[in-house]
Amino acid sequence: MSLPPFEQVVETHGPTVLRVCRAMLGHHEAEDAWSETFIAALRAYPELDPHANVEAWLVTIAKRKAIDQHRSSARTPIPAVELPETAESPSDGYDDLWTAMKSLPAQQREAVAYHHLAGLPYAEIAEILGNSEAAARRASADGMKKLRAIYQGASR
Amino acid sequence: MNNVFAALPEFDADASRRLHARLVAAATDSGLLDVAYRTVDSPVGALLLAATDEGIVRVAFDCENHDDVLAALADRVSPRILRAPARLDAVARQLDEYFAGRRSAFDVVLDFRLSAGFRRAVLEQLRTIGYGKTASYAQVAEQAGNPKAVRAVGTACALNPLPLVVPCHRVVRSDGAAGNYRGGTQAKLTLLALEARQR
Repeated sequence: MSLPPFEQVVETHGPTVLRVCRAMLGHHEAEDAWSETFIAALRAYPELDPHANVEAWLVTIAKRKAIDQHRSSARTPIPAVELPETAESPSDGYDDLWTAMKSLPAQQREAVAYHHLAGLPYAEIAEILGNSEAAARRASADGMKKLRAIYQGASR
Repeated sequence: MNNVFAALPEFDADASRRLHARLVAAATDSGLLDVAYRTVDSPVGALLLAATDEGIVRVAFDCENHDDVLAALADRVSPRILRAPARLDAVARQLDEYFAGRRSAFDVVLDFRLSAGFRRAVLEQLRTIGYGKTASYAQVAEQAGNPKAVRAVGTACALNPLPLVVPCHRVVRSDGAAGNYRGGTQAKLTLLALEARQR
């Protein structure tokens, strides 16, 4: 078994990784994180185990890039409201949702994004978060509950 | 509404296009784009064009299945492959001119890494057969330095990784029949007819 052309990786997983980046960072910073994720992935790609779960691998890189961006763009670990406007990434029309995501605690936000947007199983998510499968499942459920309350409250 | 993500589109076409272009630019700047490719339409069907830093490495016909060709390139050259049309603009333009009868020779740098040994020597020999001319498999074998290797010349032509730009279509059977072609016999006849008309 050998690695498929990287173009295929971008085509298959690019949209999902973008949604995860938006969920982690908000709409405007997501494209920088996506770009850094895929250039890092392209660099490391020839060494990737062909049997690896590519989506989990990409999400792990995206998480690292999102943390880097949090560090460089804000003093506070979870920027609550300030979303810098950038010209090259116009709104996708879901700013309310991304803002609501940002207000979740980090673990919940990640668990929700990895499970509900990337479709990763909780066993994989536990590996990325460094906790147990049960904890990952709980974080996701708590996050979804909170998200529904905030988001639906805000959009009424 | 149970799932707050239900309304989200699976795919944001504008963002995908923008991010893909940005990835290609960043990969090029960082020297990480090992193989760039694009497809072009032609009278002999869709053609896949692929290039490395060294030059054009592969031209493939539709009947070869472009996905299979890209998978083979990932295996033999590098999996760092992206669709990057701009890198292949020059050869795409020259192919257009060729098919329009306005070009009789290609001025592009070629990367011969996919063929070695005698097959490579045959390809070098093929480049000396001018537009509108033909040679027999036996003649090419002789010119490549091995008159007995007629079948090997046939194999080298059949496996030519750079058809059109390395004109294996100009090699025909001694009895005058066109013979086999990677893009199919019909494509070979089309090319020979095009060149005969323009000569």
